[in-house]
Amino acid sequence: MHTLKWLLAAFASVVASAAFAQTQLNIATVNNSDMIIMQRLSKEFEAAHPDIKLNWVVLEENVLRERVTTDIATKGGSFDVLTIGTYEAPIWGKKDWLVPFDDLPASYDVDGLIKPIRDGLSANGKLYALPFYGESSFTFYRKDLFDQVGAQPPKTYAELDQVLPKLKAAAKGVYPLCLRGKPGWGENMAYFDTLVNTMGGRWFDEKWEPQLTTPAWKKALTWYVDNMKKYGPPGASSNGHNENRALFATGKCALWIDATSAAGYISNPKDSQVADKVAYAVAPTGTVPNGAQWLWSWALGIPASTKHVQEAKAFVEWATSKDYIQLVAKSDGWTVVPPGTRTWTYEQPEYLQAAPFAKLTLQAIQQADPIHSSALPIPYTGVQFVGIPEFQAIGTYVGQQVAAALVGKESVAKALELSQAFTKRTMQRAGYYKK
Amino acid sequence: MNRALTRKWIWTVLAWGVALLVFFPIFWMVLTSFKTEIEAVSTPPRLFFQPTLENYVAVQQRANYFSYAWNSLYLSFGSTIVALVIAVPATYAMAFFPTRRTKDTLLWMLSTKFMPPVGVLVPIYIIFRDLHLLDVREGLLIVYALINLPIVVWMLFSFFKEVPREILEAGRMDGAVARDELFHLLLPLALPGIASTSLLAIILSWNEAFWSLNLTASQAGPLTFFIASFSSPEGLFWAKLSAASTMAIAPILVFGWMSQRQLVRGLTFGAVK
Amino acid sequence: MTTGASTLSAPGAVPVVRRARDKTFALKLPSIGLLLVWSIVPLVMTLWYSLQRYNLLSPGERGFVGFDNYTFLLTDPGLATAIWNTLLLVGSVLVVTIAAGTLLAVLFDQEFFGRGVARVLLIAPFFVMPTVSALIWKNLLMHPVNGLFAFLLKSVGLQTIDWFADLPLTAIAIIVAWQWLPFATLILLTAIQALDPERKEAARMDGAGPISMFVFIILPHLGRAISVVIMIELLFLLSIFAEIFVTTSGGPGNASTNLPFLIYRYALLDFDVGGASAGGVLAIVLANIVAIFLMRFLSRTIEA
Repeated sequence: MHTLKWLLAAFASVVASAAFAQTQLNIATVNNSDMIIMQRLSKEFEAAHPDIKLNWVVLEENVLRERVTTDIATKGGSFDVLTIGTYEAPIWGKKDWLVPFDDLPASYDVDGLIKPIRDGLSANGKLYALPFYGESSFTFYRKDLFDQVGAQPPKTYAELDQVLPKLKAAAKGVYPLCLRGKPGWGENMAYFDTLVNTMGGRWFDEKWEPQLTTPAWKKALTWYVDNMKKYGPPGASSNGHNENRALFATGKCALWIDATSAAGYISNPKDSQVADKVAYAVAPTGTVPNGAQWLWSWALGIPASTKHVQEAKAFVEWATSKDYIQLVAKSDGWTVVPPGTRTWTYEQPEYLQAAPFAKLTLQAIQQADPIHSSALPIPYTGVQFVGIPEFQAIGTYVGQQVAAALVGKESVAKALELSQAFTKRTMQRAGYYKK
Repeated sequence: MNRALTRKWIWTVLAWGVALLVFFPIFWMVLTSFKTEIEAVSTPPRLFFQPTLENYVAVQQRANYFSYAWNSLYLSFGSTIVALVIAVPATYAMAFFPTRRTKDTLLWMLSTKFMPPVGVLVPIYIIFRDLHLLDVREGLLIVYALINLPIVVWMLFSFFKEVPREILEAGRMDGAVARDELFHLLLPLALPGIASTSLLAIILSWNEAFWSLNLTASQAGPLTFFIASFSSPEGLFWAKLSAASTMAIAPILVFGWMSQRQLVRGLTFGAVK
Repeated sequence: MTTGASTLSAPGAVPVVRRARDKTFALKLPSIGLLLVWSIVPLVMTLWYSLQRYNLLSPGERGFVGFDNYTFLLTDPGLATAIWNTLLLVGSVLVVTIAAGTLLAVLFDQEFFGRGVARVLLIAPFFVMPTVSALIWKNLLMHPVNGLFAFLLKSVGLQTIDWFADLPLTAIAIIVAWQWLPFATLILLTAIQALDPERKEAARMDGAGPISMFVFIILPHLGRAISVVIMIELLFLLSIFAEIFVTTSGGPGNASTNLPFLIYRYALLDFDVGGASAGGVLAIVLANIVAIFLMRFLSRTIEA
């Protein structure tokens, strides 16, 4: 009798555990603060879906990109959900490496996604990744210092040229201009591309001939090098987004043009010493308004090689839904909800109140136009990158030359010459000139 | 007498000066792990401040340190044992029964390490994918054993060569022809050499940061993976990275300290005749 | 491996030798066999891919292209700089770690207070992951605004050095040398402590001062240890990557790009498997050349 009871109990527990056999999802993601919050809050998702277990693979952006690209290109199947950006999503979507999101429920409100972001993640009319957060670029500036010199935030680079010497004379120990200088297609080139665009330049003409030695590029690089030398911090060539953020937050910069997503932290007294002194403005324009504000979104996509499409879709939809945004607001506050994905976020009064930069961020994203990032005709899309697979290598190389010009190791002309040659070589090898 | 004492003090000051200087960056890292993020990057850099444990808490919350640490232990020690088991017999043969080809073989073994891993990533990745070894601990263990094998062989070779032949030949005279007897004679003599070789192999595996990132996903990642998730995100991270790194090097540092004493204790064999 | 045939055919051939020879073959087999598989398979695959057009991002376009990849690689304007930088890095770190390592080994061989603890402190840098070391040096120490060095230089009135902009290769050499110094010191210290104290005593009684002791007794004894250090460091120094990746990304310009970093650009930015494979083959050729030179140099000057 005793044995029978034991056997029955054992049998029951085996059946029960079989019923709870869990699907494991491997999620590859970047280690920025929004993702970290998502990782923490994903326990709510697991609670609502007891049959799904989430395994997190968190890496730094460059490493993540390499890892994920290697895996998806060789159909390695290591991941079920990927964090990718507006650079990869269209390219991979076109190759059918990603599962399209064509069966979203009405409650998801896919039309509520901010249009440029949604377009940036689509190819051939299909959406290949759901945006987790979106950003553009604008100007961070120190209101107190600008009041001190009696200036308004510059709307154009000409106005910026006027105010920089005044800032240098007025504030000791504060560098008037902080800009990205660390080489990388997503680092210094992200900013530099917008400068070239707004000075009237473009990467390639309609025949894919590189344009790096045109006057617009010369003008942009000269402006950048001269002004960073005169008004920028030392070591600028190793300052990426992070380092500049740290500099601004510790009060060392008067003006910084960079990602809107940093605004939440600069305005937070816990993370920043200048939370009460910072103000925001639209990024300055040059000779043309095109391409002065970049567009980027980190989004969640599903590789076609996954064996758990339904569960992966369930997670991705949850993480980019209105409910999730409200969840973050409840647990961490409205200041840190993932910005830049839905117009709905910007209709919430609590958000507008908590984030003084909200309206400006929305405006910047809506104005960013990856299709017309240059005033001249272009064969590519992308504001701060060129949406072709070869761009990673090209952008990094050119970034290195820009950094070399910045530190004075190469003249502006030489840097552009080398960049032009490299780009031409790469495009040739990739077969763009076969016709 | 006094001269000797003064000498001792001079050495003490000199040696400790160098040691502290060399150790300083690590000390600074551990110090930073107790600062808040803002303090970590502020100038002037502060030596005295209000310490906090918030970074360690945040690190542990975000990623389970213990599962990564366990993977690191398993991989480092496991691969070293495997490498030793394969290497000791081979090195014994090469050191004591050298042939014309021995030097070439050694050089060839070492040259297998000349290929930068980056150049061979895709072929290996595809092989591992087909063998279903991606994100499997044992797969990574095999890789580590194989990439450390040349170094283990080379170092063991040079340590074995230091063993005085007279002792072995005396043993052989006594009839110890069988492989096992020679092992029982040889290994104790070469133990310090084997110990330092093992230490080196363990450290190399512990710090290996290319295959550990590329061949794993969520299950088999060791501490190098853990650290990679803390470096260079958007935002301030140096305090947290310092905390994560301190947690990552603590076990190996403790182990290194303990095995150091073994090495020192065993290093009198040269004087024993 | 051995000319077993002649030993076997001679009647009454020395049985011990034959058995020993057979035994050693069996002993060596697993190690050599495994290494053979591990090195031949990827090597063959790399050679194969280096003759193909294979870009991960355009998997449809595959095909045999002969030596195209090599031509492309050899006409890369940055190749010469990359090779030169590789040699510079390897040379400078080897020289620094062995010179300083020898001196430190001699120093730490002496009796002094707290020797055990001091030794652990000295060895600690070897335990830190290269990525972490690089990040510490870059952000906490060498950063021209927030770093400790800048602070120290400013407080004595000197100008700060922008390490990674003006002296990128030097900065990386410093970081790598810091990491490998403990290894060199440990190996050399182990070797010094194996030196027979009777010989040292005999030399001292003969009136040898500390310098002659060093030059004529200690240094020759260290010959083998130094070759071990050189060969092993060579392996790792030829493939320095993490430190460059984290600090300068090979810049500014090409100033701190070495061969592995160049190949990385092919492999993981371009995803050009064909090009990367050609780069890998080139790296092996270069490394073998360097190794052969070093071996000749060592066997002529150091090894007895």
